Amino acid sequence: MSSAYAIEARRQLIGLFGIVERNVYLTKRYLLWDLAFMVWTIANTLTIVFIARGLHLSPAKVNTAETALLVGATIWAFLGIIFEFMTEIVAWERWEGTIEYTFMAPLSRLAHLFGQGAFAVLYGLIRASILFFAVAAFIGLHMPGANFGAAFLLLAIASLSFIGIGIMTSVLPLISPEKGAQLGFVAQGLMLVVSGVYYPVNVMPQWMQWIAKISPATYALRGDRASIIGTFDAHGNLVTPPTEIAWANVWPLLIIAVLATPIGLAIFNRGERYAKKHGKLKRAG
Amino acid sequence: MSTLAPSTSELVARVGSETPAVEVRDLRKTFNRKDKKAGRFARKRPWPALADVTFSIARGECVAILGQNGSGKSTLVRLLSTLLINDGGEARIFGHDAFEETSTIRRLVNRVSVEASFFKKMSAAENLSYAARFYGMTPSQTRKAIPEILEQVGFPADRRNESMENLSRGMQQKVALARALLTSPVLLLLDEPTTGLDPRSKLEVQEFIRRVRAEHDATILLCTHDMNEAESLADRIGLLDRGRLLFLEPVEDVKRRFGVETLEEAFFAATGREFEQDNDDDEDEDEDDDDEYREVFGG
Repeated sequence: MSSAYAIEARRQLIGLFGIVERNVYLTKRYLLWDLAFMVWTIANTLTIVFIARGLHLSPAKVNTAETALLVGATIWAFLGIIFEFMTEIVAWERWEGTIEYTFMAPLSRLAHLFGQGAFAVLYGLIRASILFFAVAAFIGLHMPGANFGAAFLLLAIASLSFIGIGIMTSVLPLISPEKGAQLGFVAQGLMLVVSGVYYPVNVMPQWMQWIAKISPATYALRGDRASIIGTFDAHGNLVTPPTEIAWANVWPLLIIAVLATPIGLAIFNRGERYAKKHGKLKRAG
Repeated sequence: MSTLAPSTSELVARVGSETPAVEVRDLRKTFNRKDKKAGRFARKRPWPALADVTFSIARGECVAILGQNGSGKSTLVRLLSTLLINDGGEARIFGHDAFEETSTIRRLVNRVSVEASFFKKMSAAENLSYAARFYGMTPSQTRKAIPEILEQVGFPADRRNESMENLSRGMQQKVALARALLTSPVLLLLDEPTTGLDPRSKLEVQEFIRRVRAEHDATILLCTHDMNEAESLADRIGLLDRGRLLFLEPVEDVKRRFGVETLEEAFFAATGREFEQDNDDDEDEDEDDDDEYREVFGG
């Protein structure tokens, strides 16, 4: 019996690899489009980071504010990629017409969705790194003592919970071919609004601060800022210098990941059942 | 023809040899649709896509189901390939329940539909690799198997790495056949595989289906509205009309039953209507509803 499980697990891993492999093929085909998108993201991030220069602060505080904004913009871009890949996992296949072949294949939904998530994380991390260092170099940011390894590791850990929540949103195009993808982007925007993407969480109304506690982006942003620029008080004074990986932010991320993934899968399975009941599991047109 | 995915034969071997390949009993599927003649504010009503359909297919048999657009052919294929959930009745494939044992069914079944359906920017080889991974085929297996299967369907080797968007419909359909056979299905569902093809491509695809039957241990369910195709490929022919299976028997028995010379005449005798593609309605989905989210998540 155990060897049957091992064979099945191997098959599922091969299927998961198939999803990653397909995305590699597609990325190669759309490389020029990706480059254009990268340039657009860099320009967009610069418009955010330059806001710090208009604040009439001391050069050191401007540098800190720019770095904090850059971390926010980079995580926004990273999260955007994960949500785009997860939300569009159904939309792409519907558009290309392969959706029926994928959903009638003996691939578990866990392997299917995690294959997409794995590629999104890989692609998103590469993109986020290029974005961060390109903008930092362009405006000449100084990040003494920054622990990039810890920041990168924390982002990778945060990815697990992002994938879990992405799975929840990926069901939307399955049950509503026309409106689902847009609603996925709404979910991404709402998550970042409550997570302190460009501002401290404590400037928001109390009820939003409560929601921030269950958003993985809150801990990803806080942890990455702690690893790159340290932590600051309300007046902008340094409290702790850049740290090793901020464990206080890791545990919430792991707990959210453990909860979000099965909940996401349960929601997706329910959506898939609905789609099969109502004949929505089919190509566009 | 090579057997590339080892699991399917094992799964079939587990059930008795007398078990039919396909056994469908009182199968029912209903969608909610608006009566288009009743205007914009008409209420949606249940619309039977399949109504108490019963039939069986023996192992190795090729059965053709004829029907006009909207008759329920695609709904039947999608039910058997686990893409739809039934509203009543049952379907068994090699003894396995098509709606309860979906992971087993998915190993046994593959299909070719009217649209070739591929990632257009990817090549034939890349699309086949993508599909094969879902059935547990490793890169080293597909490196060997894909050129073999493409050669068998008559796909030119020098176009293997060309984007699908640059290939003709006929070429794309050959790749679709290769995709279906790559996973060694024991039940092959062909849903209008030659519709829209030029006459030469049509003949090539039909010839390939004959070869699959002759060389490969597959059962075939062919849904088509091409009567000549059905007559030349199938052992038995069924007629699906407005969701009801009117008969399923050898072509000579059909002609004898109605005392006619051709299947067109048999259709007329059975339904009182001419056989023509007069209905463009999409048969196999509910019409969109603004309450989708409430319906699925119970809000």
